Amino acid sequence: MSVIKIQGTDDTPTVTLDKENNIFEISGRSLPEDVVVFYKPILEWLDAYKEDPLEKTVFDFKLEYFNTASSKLLLDVLLKLEDISSDGHDVLVRWHYPDDDEDMEEAGEEYSEIVEVPFEQVPYSV
Amino acid sequence: MANTKEHNESLDFVYDFYVKMKRNNINLAYEGEITHQITKAFTSLAETDMAREEDPSSVQKKVFHVMVECLQNISKHSEGNANESAKDGRGIFMVSKAATEYNVTTGNIIKNVNVEKLRSILENVNKQDKDGLNKLYKQQMREGTISDRGGAGLGFIDIARKTGQKLLYSFLTIDNVNSFFVLTSTISRIKE
Repeated sequence: MSVIKIQGTDDTPTVTLDKENNIFEISGRSLPEDVVVFYKPILEWLDAYKEDPLEKTVFDFKLEYFNTASSKLLLDVLLKLEDISSDGHDVLVRWHYPDDDEDMEEAGEEYSEIVEVPFEQVPYSV
Repeated sequence: MANTKEHNESLDFVYDFYVKMKRNNINLAYEGEITHQITKAFTSLAETDMAREEDPSSVQKKVFHVMVECLQNISKHSEGNANESAKDGRGIFMVSKAATEYNVTTGNIIKNVNVEKLRSILENVNKQDKDGLNKLYKQQMREGTISDRGGAGLGFIDIARKTGQKLLYSFLTIDNVNSFFVLTSTISRIKE
């Protein structure tokens, strides 16, 4: 299947969705001018992926910053992963956050309470 | 300048404006259309300034966040004023810096018919404690949809929980159609 590779900017995240190489990642900053337009291809890709996913999908979120409009779309991404998980496939979300960023840590905890998918909090030092 | 009298008045205005900005510790003031480019420019300016001031990174992130949400509120919710030929998405935006806190203030025109709805949203946010705000945020994220204007209805809730402070707001009636809505968010510069 096709690969999504979006290079991040100061207001949009780096996105890699690559089934063949088993890389699923959203990182950087997310405050795009139009969140719906930015996340649409990502959600569509996940809809296609969910039809025939890998045995185990490890999805990495490593965000420095996201605005509230993006938080809603990130939830939509996580809900796709929840679908894959509830279809009986192995899914792990790894939520990376700077170890001095309490808000980003709490954001991960919050998502883990909303979606039913295995969730791992991964602090990293900056 | 057309004549000396006008020039002097203009000079007085500029000096008066300068003194008032200084007195109120305002280091950024803008009136006009809030575009995505403006949002990026202001937040990047603030980031550079705060890094120089050596504010803790948690404070810098909160200020950045509040600025983004406030600017997006204006660009998404400010309504034009036909009488003053103001367009949608315009407003006034100010950042002030005191020894112990940053204040982000926005002012924009909204229709009188929308005042009560906005007031009740703000009142509801202000009566929640931290847990209440977290619940409200989760509920809105799950049940809300992105509006035509690109808002998720999460901005006020998130400003309140990230700053840990009540939102300060007021409505000034301009005429029988429009009101001026002012919102101030305070971010403590002292690390918790």
